Amino acid sequence: MIHINITKPLHTADGTIDLRVNKEIHKGDFLTLFGKSGSGKTTLLRIIAGLETPKSGTITVDGEVWFDSEKKINLSPQKRNVGFVFQDYALFANMSVRQNLEFALADKSKSKKVDEILEIMEIQNLSNMKPQELSGGQKQRVAVARTLMTNPKMLLLDEPLSALDSAMRLKLQDELHAIHKRFGITSILVTHDISEVFRLCNRVFKISLGEITEDSTPSKVFSNQNISGKFKIVGEVLSIKKSDILYIVEVLANNEIVKVTGVQSDIKNLNIGDKILLSSKAFNPILTKI
Amino acid sequence: MDTEFLQTMLLTFKLASITTVLLLFIGIPLGYFLSQTSSRFKPIIEAIVSMPLVLPPSVLGFYLLLAFSPKNGFGAWLDTNFDLRLVFSFEGLVLASILFSLPFMVHPIQSGFSTLGKSLKEASFVLGKSRLQTLWFVLLPNIRPSLLTASVITFAHTVGEFGVVLMIGGNIAGETKVASIAIYDEVESLNYSLANQYAFTLFVISFAILLFVYAVNKSMMRSEFR
Repeated sequence: MIHINITKPLHTADGTIDLRVNKEIHKGDFLTLFGKSGSGKTTLLRIIAGLETPKSGTITVDGEVWFDSEKKINLSPQKRNVGFVFQDYALFANMSVRQNLEFALADKSKSKKVDEILEIMEIQNLSNMKPQELSGGQKQRVAVARTLMTNPKMLLLDEPLSALDSAMRLKLQDELHAIHKRFGITSILVTHDISEVFRLCNRVFKISLGEITEDSTPSKVFSNQNISGKFKIVGEVLSIKKSDILYIVEVLANNEIVKVTGVQSDIKNLNIGDKILLSSKAFNPILTKI
Repeated sequence: MDTEFLQTMLLTFKLASITTVLLLFIGIPLGYFLSQTSSRFKPIIEAIVSMPLVLPPSVLGFYLLLAFSPKNGFGAWLDTNFDLRLVFSFEGLVLASILFSLPFMVHPIQSGFSTLGKSLKEASFVLGKSRLQTLWFVLLPNIRPSLLTASVITFAHTVGEFGVVLMIGGNIAGETKVASIAIYDEVESLNYSLANQYAFTLFVISFAILLFVYAVNKSMMRSEFR
């Protein structure tokens, strides 16, 4: 159980706002921090890791105080034992993949663990390569593998898939899901990608201007509850074209472009790039095994 | 080749080697500090470190001469308490060279550290590694080209220094007479062939040093960014 009750001033493009969080995160949760850039998602992640210090408040993890502004307790990142996957992966260029993993070991005699993790992540074949020889997806796997070396209490993922193409992203989403299931590590993911949230997480904090405005399951946070749709897909608006009295909206959903018709009132608040929910209840989706 | 020539060249390289090694120990912590700090004193420290770049060497030499002179407070204190006389001595030359070559060591190291992403250091901290372990195993190995450049430029610059050395070292054979002084000395006494011997040696060695740096740096870059 993680209890966070903190405030921290954030300097954003729109001036200074206060990041305020007062939440409990349960053991084994896969939580998403979702919100626009500058809303405080990454800062919250960094505060949990000890890389930034809140102005006031407390952080307790499994009964252990990590931060308490009144008692002047602030555990260093070294002592928190969290796994942090950085957006740029932060692999050490002077070490091979194997050495990157070995470096994370506190006790060098336990090098068997390196082989174990290399195998779980299916990166044995990369073991002697240097980070700069790896592709983006491979780097990401190595970065996750390295965090697992210390048996972390928590896995903090700062937009770990944002630099990858969508096919690689889907594959790595599955892998993150499998790791979460296998190790049962409480995980917190920062992302802008709604489909990622649906695939991975059981809980979402929607953050806006430093405040957590919603806290629920992905389907509750992202679905309009008035729709009793039988089937829903999240997509992104690619274009809006007028055709007689109707509008044709091209939507990118699950890597496919779907054309949807809409009337004036549907497209009134719609802009290119918006995330939308496609839902249908009049038709029965047809199941076909492929 | 006469013994005085050899003695002078050896002294020159001894001075440059000692200066470079000592400056590495000063330059790494100072460069690291400057690359990380956001203290309001940072511009002041940076300005002091860079002063030798813009000051005529004779200015620095003049003030060092005053400071180290046994007739003045600091010099007298060193003389009575440590029996250390920094004027017209090899130890004084080392100290003056360290001050004068400081920016040549600190600047490349500082910019090397600055180009490393913040996440590298943070990743190491999160993995439970101390500041010192992070510096030694992660940060320093990743700025190897900067360390090499800094050391070699410092070395070469110390070999070539004239003004400071003349002001506080003078021209004592085997103690403070380095190659650049010797050239001046030989020209003064119209001994052009010996001056040429010194000058040409410095010319060739400087070129060889720079060639070495650029060649090694290129191959380092290649192996790291294949």
